[in-house]
Amino acid sequence: MLAITNLHKSFAAIRAVDGVSFSVERGQLLGLLGPNGAGKTTTVSMIAGLVTPDQGSVTIGGVAVSSDSDPVKRRLGLVPQDLALYDELTARANLRLFGSLYGVSGDALDRAIGSSLTLVGLSDRADDRVKTFSGGMKRRLNLAAGLLHDPDIVLLDEPTVGVDPQSRNAIFDNLEELKSRGKALLYTTHYMEEAERLADRIVIMDHGRVLADDTLSGLRARVPAGADGKASLETLFLTLTGRNLRD
Amino acid sequence: MGLTAFLALVRKDLQLFFSDRRSVILTFAVPIAIASFFGSIFRGSGDNAEPATIPIAIVDRDGSAISKAIVSGIHADKSLATSMPALDEARAAVQRGDVAVAVIVPPGFGDTAGRAFLSQGDKPQVDLLFDPSRGAELAMVRGVLTGHVMEAVGKEVFGGAQGRAIVDETLKQLDSSALPAGTRDTLRTLLQSVQQLNQQSGQTGGGGGPAIAVPFRVKEDAVTGGANTQYNGYAHSFAGMGIQFLLFAAIELAMGILIERQLGIWKRFRSAPLSRFTLLAARGASGTIITLLTLLVSFAFAMIVFGVKIHGSVIGFLAIAVACSIMAATFGLLVAALGKTAAATRRVATFAVLIMVMLGGAWVPSFIFPAWLQRITVVIPARWAVDGLDAMTWRGLGLDAAITPTLVLLGFAVLFGVLTVVKFRWEEA
Repeated sequence: MLAITNLHKSFAAIRAVDGVSFSVERGQLLGLLGPNGAGKTTTVSMIAGLVTPDQGSVTIGGVAVSSDSDPVKRRLGLVPQDLALYDELTARANLRLFGSLYGVSGDALDRAIGSSLTLVGLSDRADDRVKTFSGGMKRRLNLAAGLLHDPDIVLLDEPTVGVDPQSRNAIFDNLEELKSRGKALLYTTHYMEEAERLADRIVIMDHGRVLADDTLSGLRARVPAGADGKASLETLFLTLTGRNLRD
Repeated sequence: MGLTAFLALVRKDLQLFFSDRRSVILTFAVPIAIASFFGSIFRGSGDNAEPATIPIAIVDRDGSAISKAIVSGIHADKSLATSMPALDEARAAVQRGDVAVAVIVPPGFGDTAGRAFLSQGDKPQVDLLFDPSRGAELAMVRGVLTGHVMEAVGKEVFGGAQGRAIVDETLKQLDSSALPAGTRDTLRTLLQSVQQLNQQSGQTGGGGGPAIAVPFRVKEDAVTGGANTQYNGYAHSFAGMGIQFLLFAAIELAMGILIERQLGIWKRFRSAPLSRFTLLAARGASGTIITLLTLLVSFAFAMIVFGVKIHGSVIGFLAIAVACSIMAATFGLLVAALGKTAAATRRVATFAVLIMVMLGGAWVPSFIFPAWLQRITVVIPARWAVDGLDAMTWRGLGLDAAITPTLVLLGFAVLFGVLTVVKFRWEEA
């Protein structure tokens, strides 16, 4: 569904992404892990069309994105790390805007808004201003805003940053539901337990390169088991990326 | 897809604008308040208002017929508001700013001035104590004073008792004067003729001979939109303040874009299948609508409350207003393209707008500027906007007078738009 091949991107002398390749299939959640500055967000940005790669390609269903307005981008949904919402507008007005960006309108947009709000459990707050929402509610609305046009691929850039366990759990349920609908999900996170719970495959990046690309069990097989008889993803992560601080 | 998104983006900007009621009220109320203030200052005298006068003090330390005639003339002058305090009080009044100028007529002024008028005698000195912050009014008072002195001295010399005495005395002293012989003879002939004229005038009881007076009368006719159209200073002040706050609204447009960047919302826009043109044009359109509203609401208030009228072409007025709003919207886009953070950009942009409107004649009419400044301010779009709106309102010019400012403002819009496209940061790392 989503194929990234040999992506490169440099900012001045800094090589942010250096030959990254991976793919995400329908109904699959790929966890993209890496320390700060590993190149995760730049990679997601290139997939979403926010940053132009210096080299390499991104194909969606086998079709390369040719321009800003290429209709193939309609198959992509982005859930940015930031709470990319208008606080002064209601949840419904926010979703109406973000759905319209993809050409959804009229009854179809109303249905999409209703469905997305139901998915994230905010139907009863649809007409409240976002500024009255809690952090967790905003996170869930942020997710809903990326789903209005029913994309085949959803890019989630650390979608659970700063939320309470309840909201995080609700988001996980939402992602499981999306997977079950056949969506391809690319999920970047710092939280190993999130990747362990959700990811069908995990890509670990550092210094702009892919260090590992495997299933959870495949990765676990690379490191010795702990006291509980299981190998820890965190142990592998630290083994691959080192223990130096990445501020 | 593009049109749906375009309209949604425009609607969103309008929703955001109107969602903050306090900001909306300020957006419309502040320019109205400031324009009303400036308008009350510069409203002119044509609208049945009390004419503007220069407050002066006059101290007559002479008390002669000539000085009394001068004081009388100044009192009657409608451009001056005259008081007659003592010398010390006159000086204090100038210092306090109560009067612009104090005119001190020295003792012996009448005699000395009369002699100086007829021969090359010493000229008496009139002291003008003036407020240094009101130099322009000093120049006006000097001119008015000269006219009244000439009239009073001339009238007295050619018919008054003091004038006869001066002529007689001057004739007696003529032989001992240092004038060349030829000049002295000519002057004697002249003075004798004046003496004869005065005698004849006294015999016929004519009450005085020919007086020296300003040899013309003035009919003041304000050239505005029509014969019966009075100048309304509010028209200019609302044009100026309208343009200023229209540009401030454009800065808010830029702030909106920069804040969207900070919030990550711009990432959503860029990840959607939308062209760069759609994204910029939508912001330009919403910016045009909001800035146009700012201008039109201000003018609507001015029309209802202060009787400002479009004496020229209504279509021309609307064309200039729309062109001005498009220019402002593209200016806002350019600010967003050049800006980094919202806070820092707001400061720089506000400064730029204030300079622009100041040089554009929005605060005070540009004819007050020095000639060189008037020439170079044609590169300021606000100048064209203010002059264009003035032309359509109180100047009452036709549609043809709106064409050049409209085209120039649209030209600025194209320039700002091109610079925006070139400088806009499209990459969202």
